[in-house]
Amino acid sequence: MLLLAFDTATPAVTAAIGESDPDGAFTLRASAGSVDARRHGELLTPTIARLTEESGIALTDLDHVAVGVGPGPYTGLRVGLSTAHALADALGVPCHGVTTLDALAFATGRTEPFVAMTDARRKEVFWARYDDHLTRVGEVAVDRPAELDTGDLPLVGDGARMYADVLGAAADPVGPLHPDAAAMAELALLRLCRGEELPAPNPLYLRRPDAVEPGARKKVRQWVK
Amino acid sequence: MSDLPLIMGIETSCDETGVALVRGCELLGDAVASSVDQHVRFGGVVPEVASRAHLEAMTPTVHRALEQAGAKLSDVDAIAVTAGPGLAGALLVGVSAAKAYAMALGRPLYGVNHLVGHVAVDQLEHGPLPKPSIALLVSGGHTSLLLVNDLATEVVSLGDTVDDAAGEAYDKVARLLDLPYPGGPPIDRAAQQGDPRSIRFPRGKWGDGTYDFSFSGLKTAVARHVEETDRRGEPLVVADIAAAFQESVVDVLTRKAVDACVEHGVSTLVISGGVAANSALRALAEQRCQEAGVELRVPRPRLCTDNGAMIAALGAEVVAAELPASALDLATDTSLPVESPLAV
Ligand SMILES: [Zn+2]
Repeated sequence: MLLLAFDTATPAVTAAIGESDPDGAFTLRASAGSVDARRHGELLTPTIARLTEESGIALTDLDHVAVGVGPGPYTGLRVGLSTAHALADALGVPCHGVTTLDALAFATGRTEPFVAMTDARRKEVFWARYDDHLTRVGEVAVDRPAELDTGDLPLVGDGARMYADVLGAAADPVGPLHPDAAAMAELALLRLCRGEELPAPNPLYLRRPDAVEPGARKKVRQWVK
Repeated sequence: MSDLPLIMGIETSCDETGVALVRGCELLGDAVASSVDQHVRFGGVVPEVASRAHLEAMTPTVHRALEQAGAKLSDVDAIAVTAGPGLAGALLVGVSAAKAYAMALGRPLYGVNHLVGHVAVDQLEHGPLPKPSIALLVSGGHTSLLLVNDLATEVVSLGDTVDDAAGEAYDKVARLLDLPYPGGPPIDRAAQQGDPRSIRFPRGKWGDGTYDFSFSGLKTAVARHVEETDRRGEPLVVADIAAAFQESVVDVLTRKAVDACVEHGVSTLVISGGVAANSALRALAEQRCQEAGVELRVPRPRLCTDNGAMIAALGAEVVAAELPASALDLATDTSLPVESPLAV
């Protein structure tokens, strides 16, 4: 079973092709990525094209597409989702969502509880608690670093790195800062092989759009003279 | 006809998700999902709301267009997409989808210019555009006067708005008059019952020797009129204000468009964009074109507003001109100049 995974919900553009054999053993066939928060739209499809060239796997060989659904800054996030929807549509294969923080958490390989955090901009972080690298506790959330309760658990991810002073603890120096599509592909295939249903590829925005409704004018009006 | 390539056009520059299928000058399928209802209470397009709606509507709209055309994705020969100008986040949704379709289907991708698309769409209704033609684009986002020598390769900007777009002025004046958003249709309806000569509003850049437009002074004049009337405790006569405002807008637009035709010896004027449906604009343009011996072409309202058909129509021209396809690292350009029908 061949799966293409990618994520654009953080400053990283990351893509990978993974394979699982009938016993569920995972092989990474190709991975690529770069960190450039402003050029997701330009980088993603060329990165996928490069993966297929390097691995000798044609897009038409794929059985599944998995995409990071965030949370993450919206414009970058939507590049990944829009690409995934169209790609899976054109290839006629299922498209799955993977929570970006879950992919980040999975890559840590941790067996004890911890907190994963990414940058949400506007001085906030997207975060979630995990019992171990595979088990999230509760929903992902967006908060100011000073206002969230990490329970003195170890911290991983770029959000933790950025706000170490406010959080009162440093991020795991050897842990991943950004999600990696190789881990995302492995996580998605693991869940698919276990017969678990992956989330639909819909964005996790966690915030409403900024928009203000103008106040109504209340003055004397007359249609015609 | 069937030996011409089948072009899929994708448009997401503002608040309409448009997908269409075109072969030459023939429109085979045309689907639009609009998020305009979600913007009404904010009195204008909210970019983030539009972007979210584009993502939800993208693939379903592709399939509605294909169904109408009786075609499959694998029948598509090339994909054209709006690369700009437009809202950054909105453009990215369409461009990302277009790249993925092009890559997965193994078809060429063409990032094209939204403004030139507004002109190209007329070919779907009235056939090939005479070369050269003059085009007046009027909508909530743009007010441009163009000399179109060749849709795919040679478009010259003669003038543009220096401040608000015409449609934007309509929206702002509608708000001053407690009329709903978008402001074009309700002002047009109100104006039909009003006297355009009851109030004299300024005509921005009238007779200044350029083909540029300005509507912010007009909007300010309407605001001042409303304030002063309110302060005197007198009722505002909505129909008269709408008529006088509209007269000022369409007078400048049609005067400069017809002047451009005469100066450049061009015998065809195309008016397109959302405001092209405006009854006063059409009436005055028809009258002035007739006086000047210019043929007026206005696509039907459905084609004048933003849609995938305009992008597919321009894509067909670009393919016919054998221009090179865009690379997969094509960038969106929120202010893509109108002189670039094809983005690079
Ligand atoms: Zn437009």
